[in-house]
Amino acid sequence: MATYQNYVMAQSLEEAYALNQKKSSVIVAGNMWLRMCGLRRQTAIDLSGLGLDRVEETEDAFVIGAMTPLRALETHDALNRETGGAFAAALAPIVGTQLRNTATLGGSVYSRFGFSDVSTLLLALDAAVVLHHRGEVPLAVYQQEPWDRDILTHVRIPKGVRAGIVSVRQSKTDIPTLVCAAAMEPGGVRLVMGARPARAMIAAEGVDPDAPTAVFEEITQRVPLGGNLRASEAYRRKVAPVLLQRAARACVEGNHDD
Amino acid sequence: MTIEFTLNGRRVTAQADADASLYQVLRALHIASVKCGCETANCGLCTVHMDGRAVLSCSVPAARVQEHDIVTLEGLQEEAKALGGCLADEGAEQCGFCVPGLMMNVLALARENPDATDAEIDAYLAGNLCRCSGYMGQRRGIRRYLDSLKGVRA
Repeated sequence: MATYQNYVMAQSLEEAYALNQKKSSVIVAGNMWLRMCGLRRQTAIDLSGLGLDRVEETEDAFVIGAMTPLRALETHDALNRETGGAFAAALAPIVGTQLRNTATLGGSVYSRFGFSDVSTLLLALDAAVVLHHRGEVPLAVYQQEPWDRDILTHVRIPKGVRAGIVSVRQSKTDIPTLVCAAAMEPGGVRLVMGARPARAMIAAEGVDPDAPTAVFEEITQRVPLGGNLRASEAYRRKVAPVLLQRAARACVEGNHDD
Repeated sequence: MTIEFTLNGRRVTAQADADASLYQVLRALHIASVKCGCETANCGLCTVHMDGRAVLSCSVPAARVQEHDIVTLEGLQEEAKALGGCLADEGAEQCGFCVPGLMMNVLALARENPDATDAEIDAYLAGNLCRCSGYMGQRRGIRRYLDSLKGVRA
């Protein structure tokens, strides 16, 4: 279990940023994985009092606070209407309602977990992260960077992009063995693969969602895949083209419960 | 550190370590319905309501409940009696160890979606593990409870 000497409820982002510059500090978001990872830190910094737990709509984007619980996104009407139900489809399989009431968007995105359903969908949607110090950074860039000491404050998702997401799991609420997402873009769909088991990555862009299976098989060949306790590389390589094709179709036809 | 919050309608003050969880604080306050099963946020045994939402108390930092409203099964005895009766009528339990956490999540479901279908019940309660019931009796009991609420609302 994680252990801390001090627990600070940050009063401002400036205060949180200043405290977080020490290697002996850590930001606490949903506290799901963090508490289990055995960290020993001098100071835990809590952002829950800074109003970062809401979804705001601008003319062309959803701007989502980093401390927004996953459940709020899963049940957000406008977000699901705009994306064809992709958020509900992506988040509902994650463990249970109680966990999703506490786990946060920022915790998932900052941690850049390989198994993240959330990051896989956001990458397909061409989302950007807003960092307190650096400002806005495309998620496709942030996703490849090492952990840093800046503070993720918001995630920005462009409006009007339909998406589809499908996954395979060893059991219904387990972390995914493989997850694929697709989102409409000019000229076709953008395809993203997560739980490879490495961090999610863009597999292809501008793909015809009605393309034959051979196209998705060819795309899969270009994506680095690996094996872990959940599945071998060979298994993932066999399943991936089917999931990519289903995600592309879900983009067009809407998301379905498994 | 000292934290102050509302517990089952009463203002309480508690001492907690910086890395303590809400679960640890509640047990120290002799709240016996909240139990720790997995400590990995998977089993649902430690479910309580925080500002009306079902959360896993093993994963909520104690410091985060400062000035918030926490409700455990001890604070919902009337609802628990009705729900418990429905579960018992359907033979839904054997050892009963998971029941407090299950009840807290069912009561959150009843507030959020009182017209839940069986599929919605299953999805909502996916985070409550039971090792002896097989879940079918639980679902029948929950169905019976939600239907009884419709009778009250009609």
